[in-house]
Amino acid sequence: MLSASAPQEIPPAVIQVEDVHCGYPGRDVLKGVSFTVRRGEFVGVLGPNGAGKTTLVLALSGVVPARKGSIEILGTPVDRLKHKDRARRMAVVAQDGELRFPFSCMDIVRMGRYPHQGRWQLDTLRDEEAVERAMDITDTVMFAQRLITALSGGERQRVIMARALAQETPVLLLDEATSAMDIHRKLQVFRVLDRMNRHEGITVIAVMHDVNLAALFCRRMLFLKEGWLAADGPVDSVLTSELLEKIYETPVMVQAISGTDKKQVVFLP
Amino acid sequence: MAGGRGNIESEHVDGRSPLPHSSPVSRIPSRAVLCWGSLLLTIVLAAFLTSGIGSFETPYKTVWRLLLSLLSPAAAADIDDTVRYIVIHVRVARVCLALTVGAALALAGAVYQGVLLNPLADPFTLGVSTGAAFGASLAILLGWGGIHFLGISALPVAAFAGAVGALYLVYLLGRMDGRIHATTLVLAGIIVSTFLSAWISLLKSLNEDSVSTIVFWIMGSLSGKSWSHVMLVIPYLLAGGLIIACFSRELDLLSLGDVQAQQLGVDVQRVRFRLLLAASLVTAAAVAVSGIIGFVGLVVPHLVRLSIGPGHRRLLPAVALLGGLLVLVSDTLARSLLPGGQEVPVGVVTAILGGPFFCYLLLHRKKYLQL
Repeated sequence: MLSASAPQEIPPAVIQVEDVHCGYPGRDVLKGVSFTVRRGEFVGVLGPNGAGKTTLVLALSGVVPARKGSIEILGTPVDRLKHKDRARRMAVVAQDGELRFPFSCMDIVRMGRYPHQGRWQLDTLRDEEAVERAMDITDTVMFAQRLITALSGGERQRVIMARALAQETPVLLLDEATSAMDIHRKLQVFRVLDRMNRHEGITVIAVMHDVNLAALFCRRMLFLKEGWLAADGPVDSVLTSELLEKIYETPVMVQAISGTDKKQVVFLP
Repeated sequence: MAGGRGNIESEHVDGRSPLPHSSPVSRIPSRAVLCWGSLLLTIVLAAFLTSGIGSFETPYKTVWRLLLSLLSPAAAADIDDTVRYIVIHVRVARVCLALTVGAALALAGAVYQGVLLNPLADPFTLGVSTGAAFGASLAILLGWGGIHFLGISALPVAAFAGAVGALYLVYLLGRMDGRIHATTLVLAGIIVSTFLSAWISLLKSLNEDSVSTIVFWIMGSLSGKSWSHVMLVIPYLLAGGLIIACFSRELDLLSLGDVQAQQLGVDVQRVRFRLLLAASLVTAAAVAVSGIIGFVGLVVPHLVRLSIGPGHRRLLPAVALLGGLLVLVSDTLARSLLPGGQEVPVGVVTAILGGPFFCYLLLHRKKYLQL
């Protein structure tokens, strides 16, 4: 489609979604969505409330089965992957959920090693390294011995992020992972993701609300609206006022930031 | 939902400190080992002391020599057979039964609380104990109590069927609107429990048992039990305990909620099903020999969690030990409080001990209970 330099090798598909219908019994939230994410991409999935973003996350992570269509992760249909196998291929940075029991933050991050461990196996040095590294990257080392229930929303979210990194998967799926954070932390998290994406080739799929944050870091954007894929393409071609006005049904102005190749969106009153 | 608790963001801008070197590689903290060790020691001590208590007076020296004689028969050759019978076959058997029953109930409570994410769950509040008691009474009334098949007594099997049936009923009632709510589940448990208690009373009356037997069955009792009862419980406790130990890591992950547990690679449906069955099996075996003893499964897991944290691999052994200890102490009180060898149902004692503790949790640890 957009091959600027023709003889470049196309990276293998990491996620393949084909004509997926998915939702609650009797009501499809996703009404036939198809897209492919290739290795090394940094994709933002955006759209207004109720567009089907959360359902897409649940379908991709195998929590809610697709009623029709197919989802493949690294070449295997998600419903045929074993649970642990799936969790070794893709980690989900979940939305802050309910935490009933006061685990220490390090215990929470250690849970990310679960898909790599056998039933009676104790934590190996390999596990400890992964945990330490994940906590270091997310700047959560100082929370190690603190209780997860004693942290603020944003702090908790970073621990959950560390847990996902400890899974050491080639694909990271973020589900509104930075919504509870302030601007400074949001940027910090996305800088980390950007670095892992560029240097380690980790594929990032970030489901998010914040168009401007996505515009700074994602190289490709998917827009969902009412269960359909409304737009899909490189940021440059998707981030236009005409398209955004159609999706968000509100006047929009898109501005280039001088001195960079980035754009930002201003929603007009 | 945990949202809207109004936490002020207190983020340290650049608090990059090195990892605390004390913890990483040694996984089981010394605090947990200390807890297990001191519980074990207390149990051994308590078992010895309570073996000397009873209407028939026996000096501790005699008890000690009789216990030694289990290893080398010559140690107590001069002691009267009646005394030997009372100490070994009545008291020590009863001590062992109290320990196994308590361990079973507490373990089941910890599993129910972990799997259902419900701090009020335990074999009693969920109606599982009453279900098991109903199954067992029905089996006794129909004369199945003495049936053995491949060396397995029919009684715990009937109790297990009753326990699973009651749990299923409570589960159905508790999730009327598609979701399971902590309070609805307990309400459903109380309804099922009350209903089945009435049936137990009726069955017992049909069986021409006296009212006092019914009371002892519904409030729990270990009186008149022997080694055969201990042997009845132990296989089930070991089997159930093994399954529970198998899934202790998953129990930790389940506390993150279904979605996150599944995203981390837990087969939530299967794991939950197996854990609930294992907990019900263990409960059923305990109830089949002891009747309904409340509060142990509710209080013990909370007590242990408060002291060594919620990680189930540390928690479960301590829970089993403390559960055993609590029932042992309660049962000793039950058989020695009243003068003249009269007994109180042990469930009465556990409720009297456990009630105030739970009041304390409700008043001072609301946040911990997250109600």
